Order: sequence, then structure tokens, then C-alpha cells
Amino acid sequence: MAAESQGIDPIHQFNINRLFELHIGGVDASFTNASLFMLVVFLAITALMVLSTSGRHVVPTRLQAAAEMAYEFVASTVHDTAGTAGMRFFPFVFSLFMFVLFSNLIGLIPGAFTVTSQIVVTFAFAALVIGTVIIYGFYKHGAHFLHLFVPSGVTPALLPFIVLIEVISFVARPITLSVRLFANMLAGHITLKVFGGFVAMLLGAGVYSVISPLPLLGIVALSALELLVAFLQAYVFAILTCVYLNDAIHPGH
Amino acid sequence: MDPVAAKYIGAGLAAIGMGAAAIGVGLIFGNFLSGALRNPSASDAQFGRAFIGAALAEGLGIFAFLVAILLLFVMK
Repeated sequence: MAAESQGIDPIHQFNINRLFELHIGGVDASFTNASLFMLVVFLAITALMVLSTSGRHVVPTRLQAAAEMAYEFVASTVHDTAGTAGMRFFPFVFSLFMFVLFSNLIGLIPGAFTVTSQIVVTFAFAALVIGTVIIYGFYKHGAHFLHLFVPSGVTPALLPFIVLIEVISFVARPITLSVRLFANMLAGHITLKVFGGFVAMLLGAGVYSVISPLPLLGIVALSALELLVAFLQAYVFAILTCVYLNDAIHPGH
Repeated sequence: MDPVAAKYIGAGLAAIGMGAAAIGVGLIFGNFLSGALRNPSASDAQFGRAFIGAALAEGLGIFAFLVAILLLFVMK
């Protein structure tokens, strides 16, 4: 409450502002700051991948080493989690991982907008993943895909409950997958802003302004933690995508 | 009780669930670390599983977070 009274609003950073107004047939398709940063993220990933592979040295340059590291990291994750058959989804998982990672990292730059702090963006990703799982599962295995909900070796008396629990956990997946990423980004950025508010408030508090560097140090430590969280959440998103895709490729436990 | 006050108290109570999820995540990584220190050569292969378990444990804390968010911003 004190922060609000001094005009420091930690939620303000998540506002969507229209940069160019654009209405197509009653649909608001304006170019917003979220669209701008999605474009920035896309250009950054494209620049990294294109520039790093244009030279193709045997002894990689720094940029090429970074791109190769990201590629091999995701490739080994997909292969370990979803098997050789899962490698056909590697481009999908790699694109998701790089987009989420770059959105998180670019969002950490002061003043930048974090695309993944919007639930609509992360839920669109999660819906894409779960939609892929359902469509590929039924396409590949037909009705056998439903064996996903019926684990083998369960006592018949317990089976209805187990099936119910499996169905609930499957339905909850898009919610947890999207809200995990969104909540981590939202909470981290609010915490950074609140600590920034502490500095500003202490500077205006007369003699107490001598302790204002303390929250500033806190911001430095929190930024380091957020850097870890940014990478970790991208990794968790990618590995859970692989686990869910593995269910579509190999249903039935 | 004032309905607005009840709403905020409910959101605060829902936030306790996130603390419970924190305990779960801490247990997973604590046990992973104690296992990894006993057998460091096997730790790399189980790294991904530790994260899957942590993500699942965290998922249940997310439900508590959702309840708090729904109480604060959606319920009128």
C-alpha cells in the first residue's frame, strides 16, 4: 500500500500498450509492446542461429559454440526423455525452448517487456503442446492412445479411481504448464520492482537514506536468481513438453 | 465479516499452499543432492528426473497460487 501511495506500481510493467492501432473486422489486432518484444525475441534467435552457422568453423567461434551448445542441450534432452522416435519433434521443442528462454532473458533487461509474463502467451504454448500430444497420439495409435489413462497391473477394484486421477492429471497439464512459467516470471519481476521501490522510498526518508544501498544489493542478488529462474523455467517447459510428447509416442505404461 | 476482508484473508490462506509446495521441492532437491553426493557418477543421468519431480510438486503449489489470484482479481 505504501508503494502505491508514492506512485510506484509493481504491476504497471505488465501493461499492454498499443503502439499502432489496427482493427481488422472488429478484431483488435493492434501492434502492441508485447508484439514488439516477440519480434525482438524472434530476431535475436534468428540472428544467433544464422550468424553462428554462416561461418561453420571446425574450431567453433564463441557465437557458434553458444548455438551448438543450445542445440546439443535440447537434442540430448529430447533424446533422453522421448527416445529416438521423439527426435521428430526436436524442431518443435527447440523452437519452444529458444523462444521461452530468449523471452525470459530479454525480459530481464530493465525497461524491456517480458512476453512470457502474460498468461495468454504461455497458455497458447501449453495448448499447442497438449494439442500436438492429443492429435499425434490419436493419429499414431488410434483408440490405443486411451491406454494412457489405464495403467497396467492395477487391481480392478482400484481401476476406476486410478483412471479418474489419470484423467484429472492429464486435464490439469496445460494449466500447470502455462501457469508455472507465467507465475515465475510475474512473481520475479514484481519482486524486483518492489525492491526498487524500497530504494526509492528509503532515498526519500531523510536520515534513513543511508541504508538505501541494502535493497540495491538485494536487487543485484535477485537479478542473479532471476537469471537462473529464466533458464530453469525454459528448461522445465522443454523437458515437460518432451515428457508429454513421450506419452503420445509411447502410450500405456 | 466484511466480504472484502474475507477475500484478502482467503487469498492469504491460499498462499500457505505455496509454502507447502516449497517444502516438496526442497525435499526433492535435498534427496537428489544427498543421492548425488553418494554416487556422483549416476547423478547426471537423474538430473532431468529431479526436475520433472520438482515441476510436478510445484504444479500443486501453482493451484494454490491460482486460487489466490482468482480470489484477488476475479471474484467481485
